Amino acid sequence: MLIEALLIATLLAAGVVFFAPDRYAGKLATALSVLPLAGSLWLWLDFEGSGNALLEGSDIAYETTIEWMDIGYTLQWHVGLDGVSLPLIVLTTILTTAAIVSAWTPIDERQSQFYGLVLLLEFGLLGVFAALDFFLWFVFWEVVLVPMYFLIAIWGGPRRKYAAIKFFVYTNVASLILFVGFLTLVFAMGDSVTTLGLPEVAQALHAGGAVGSIAGFAPETVKLFAFALMFFGFAVKVPIVPVHTWLPDAHVEAPTPVSVLLAGVLLKMGTYALLRFNFTMLPGVATDYAELIAAIAVLSVIYGAMLALAQQDLKRIVAYSSISSMGYVILGLVAYTTYGIGGATFQMISHGFISGLMFMVVGVVYNETHTRMVGDMSGMADRMPWTVGIFVAAAFGYMGLPLMSGFAAEVFVFLGSFGTPHLSLAPLFTAAAMFGIVIVAGYLLWAMQRTLFGEFDLGTDYEVGPAPLHDIAPLAVLLACVIVLGVNPDLFMGMIQDAINPIVDSLGGGA
Amino acid sequence: MDPLVSLPDWAGLAPMLAFGVTALVLFVLDSIEPESDSLSLTVLTGVGLIGSLAAVVLSGWFLLEAGTVELFDGAYIVDEMSLFFTALFGSVTALVVLGSHDYIAEEDYQAEYYSLVFLAATGMAMVASANSLAAAFVAVELVSLPSYALVAYLKHNRGSVEAGLKYFLVGALSSAIFVYGISLVYGATGALQFDMVAEAIATDTLTGGPGILGLGILMVIGGIAFKTAAVPFHFWAPEAYEGAPAPISGFLSSASKAAGFVLAFRVFAVAFPLQAVSGTFDWTLAFLVLSVVTMTLGNFAAATQEKVKRMLAYSSIGHAGYVLMALAAFSGTGTESLLAGVSNDSLLLGAGMMHLLVYGFMNTGAFLFVALAEHWGVGRRFEDYNGLWRDAPIASVAMTVFLFSLAGLPVGAGFLSKYVLFMGVIGAGLWWLVVIALVNSALSLYYYSRLVKALWIETPETQREIDSYPVGLYAAVVGAAVVTVLLLPGFGVATEEAIAAASALL
Repeated sequence: MLIEALLIATLLAAGVVFFAPDRYAGKLATALSVLPLAGSLWLWLDFEGSGNALLEGSDIAYETTIEWMDIGYTLQWHVGLDGVSLPLIVLTTILTTAAIVSAWTPIDERQSQFYGLVLLLEFGLLGVFAALDFFLWFVFWEVVLVPMYFLIAIWGGPRRKYAAIKFFVYTNVASLILFVGFLTLVFAMGDSVTTLGLPEVAQALHAGGAVGSIAGFAPETVKLFAFALMFFGFAVKVPIVPVHTWLPDAHVEAPTPVSVLLAGVLLKMGTYALLRFNFTMLPGVATDYAELIAAIAVLSVIYGAMLALAQQDLKRIVAYSSISSMGYVILGLVAYTTYGIGGATFQMISHGFISGLMFMVVGVVYNETHTRMVGDMSGMADRMPWTVGIFVAAAFGYMGLPLMSGFAAEVFVFLGSFGTPHLSLAPLFTAAAMFGIVIVAGYLLWAMQRTLFGEFDLGTDYEVGPAPLHDIAPLAVLLACVIVLGVNPDLFMGMIQDAINPIVDSLGGGA
Repeated sequence: MDPLVSLPDWAGLAPMLAFGVTALVLFVLDSIEPESDSLSLTVLTGVGLIGSLAAVVLSGWFLLEAGTVELFDGAYIVDEMSLFFTALFGSVTALVVLGSHDYIAEEDYQAEYYSLVFLAATGMAMVASANSLAAAFVAVELVSLPSYALVAYLKHNRGSVEAGLKYFLVGALSSAIFVYGISLVYGATGALQFDMVAEAIATDTLTGGPGILGLGILMVIGGIAFKTAAVPFHFWAPEAYEGAPAPISGFLSSASKAAGFVLAFRVFAVAFPLQAVSGTFDWTLAFLVLSVVTMTLGNFAAATQEKVKRMLAYSSIGHAGYVLMALAAFSGTGTESLLAGVSNDSLLLGAGMMHLLVYGFMNTGAFLFVALAEHWGVGRRFEDYNGLWRDAPIASVAMTVFLFSLAGLPVGAGFLSKYVLFMGVIGAGLWWLVVIALVNSALSLYYYSRLVKALWIETPETQREIDSYPVGLYAAVVGAAVVTVLLLPGFGVATEEAIAAASALL
């Protein structure tokens, strides 16, 4: 019942904060967001699950199953955690609390609604990662859209309404498509499943022969069709080139704390779902088309990095580099090795912290300077040494400096993808993706060189001083998370590997 | 009716009589105290609430006891389907009565207003139970006549009177078509009672050949299309819903529409069984066309509206199109659905009933929110609703729930009812119909979110002054929102009832 308690506490907190007076909303939201944070840490310390929640032989932690209704298929309230979802839950709660604190400075109107919606968003995100029934999962998946739409549309930048509706339409159409894709698969499975429980569907698929033909199409075609629809639906969320265009708009217009959650957690919904649905349920299709998927992944890495290189706006730089980083996740997934999928999952967590940190630090600079343009400022190091220190550290984390989490994640991914038996020309794909790191280093170093160092100069008329402590504190916390995970990846890597090994084993293994 | 042995058969009339008696009590109260002041309005609202909730409780209780009573030589039947719909009518009536309390506070003839609402509700309960074409016609007229007067209730308001007249003219024409259709069916089969009509068709003793019967069925469809506001008998709906007092718009677009559908379900499932009539006239084809045209026209027209009430009116037409899919995908055979032990037809009708039930709450709630805005003198256009959250945060949250639920996002039960309906249609093999419905559904998100955007995101064009917070309207809006959300976890229980009712009918 711990997961339910976590969800209910978050939802109640959202309701209370939404109608609280604006003056106290920020502090109240921070205090209440500590509840799910503490809860998730408790879940982590107390975690005794093993195996992959979707596959046989697993021991799902904190599992609850309650029948909800029977409409053709039995729908259930089915939640539980394994080594893949638990780290994402922890990531969500830490980032939400950090984002709430980082909102104290920039959010100066309708505070109670802002914090209420952030907590509602957290509720949806926790639900997405905890749900083990397709319908329940889909409800949470859609619930996430609603607060996000408002958060961008109300507190965003000048083009916020356009960005919000673009985000809403893109991701909602994507949801519709993946919904159709999954249901096609389930319908084709006929009587071999009686519920929409993800474990049941996955296990029936792994047992083989479950998919029948539907509307005259052969089982293999149906699988491919379902895989393609779901892949497309999740690819929009990730996002993968070429369906990434909503992301820069949403990021640039969203207020900083929202960007933090968008890059830190929302994108991981897409990769998490890819792992859970496409790569766990239909490994056959994934390996058949491994080269195509790997090519898309490498394209995302390189193209995203090139786009980042061309930007003048610090936030856009970070936004595009997220696309690049998500490409590594896809590459790791398609490698189907312990290191590959494990590294991809670890990259989700690591990138969650690092990109959140990057957006936050850019936001702190913006709070003081009111500009994000690279050409408008230089020599920030003189005026705000702490912020700049963290900025530099975060950027090096992004570039994959050893002893930071990004290094561990990328090393795992490349180790896993280099020698994988499931992908022809694997070394070539890996080498091409590695080249992305060079570009990342290029644009980050160049941007820092111009904005942080040299003579102090500012294109806007603002007094720049050190940022207040409550702006720095969440930065420090996130940086600490990045370093701790870099020094000791096994905090999460152990349980991740335990959870993804069954997937790898089902394909015959491979390190 | 076995479980009710202690009660005589006519006790089955009780849910319907609850409405009728309330209407009469309201008339009596009015004749005792003809001058309206605030105290008497509270009494009237109280009586109305008690009456409508009594109908809900009675029908809910009978529904749990499950049984069928035939009265008046089988012309009137109380079964699970009729009780399900009576509970629905009672719920909507309760919301409308509560919401009207503040809306009509400044108007004359309050008691008459309420009793007309209850007379219409009585008619709806009778429609749900009518088991013969003659009884159905009388019941439909009992719904229509008070409705005309209610639409024109704001008699100093040009729009209201014009809407009433337009509704009346189209209504009169549709009634004529409906009753002519009934006479043709009677001429062909020599029977009025639904099961006897079916018997006559099955034994092939048709007078005047199948052509007469086919024409009769087509005309009956016309009468039903009017009640459900389906294209091409829809063009009264936007006018009437826009001109009518907003609670009445909610009443007509939820309850009155549901009454049209229960009649359709019963007539076409019982009187014109598809296997028997498909040689003369395959009515699923007619409903297929109606459904596609209705949902497409409704949604596209809604997307182009500048006025909120009109947008809701067209969206209501669109939703009628979704429910019509239940009849369009009807097979008349016992083909099993995805749900074990349930025929696909039962699933379809049950899903249609569920959508109407959920719609009854979310749509009535949305119109009551408009009533609240009208009460405050907020204008009619989308822009006039800009930034309304500042004045009414709680009601705005409720409205957001209604709109997202109408659009099919899973914040309310609208998502589930639509999903089950689509699943039934897929079960009947009509993939392409579901694709059309999905496109429509995606489009609907656009215009519903326009209002959400106005409420929360845009800044007001002019300063508005709102100082009164009407308790009744607020209670009704919030109540409807709470039920809309609660139907999400409670969906399973209600769906079982609905599907059981549909199976019992078939």
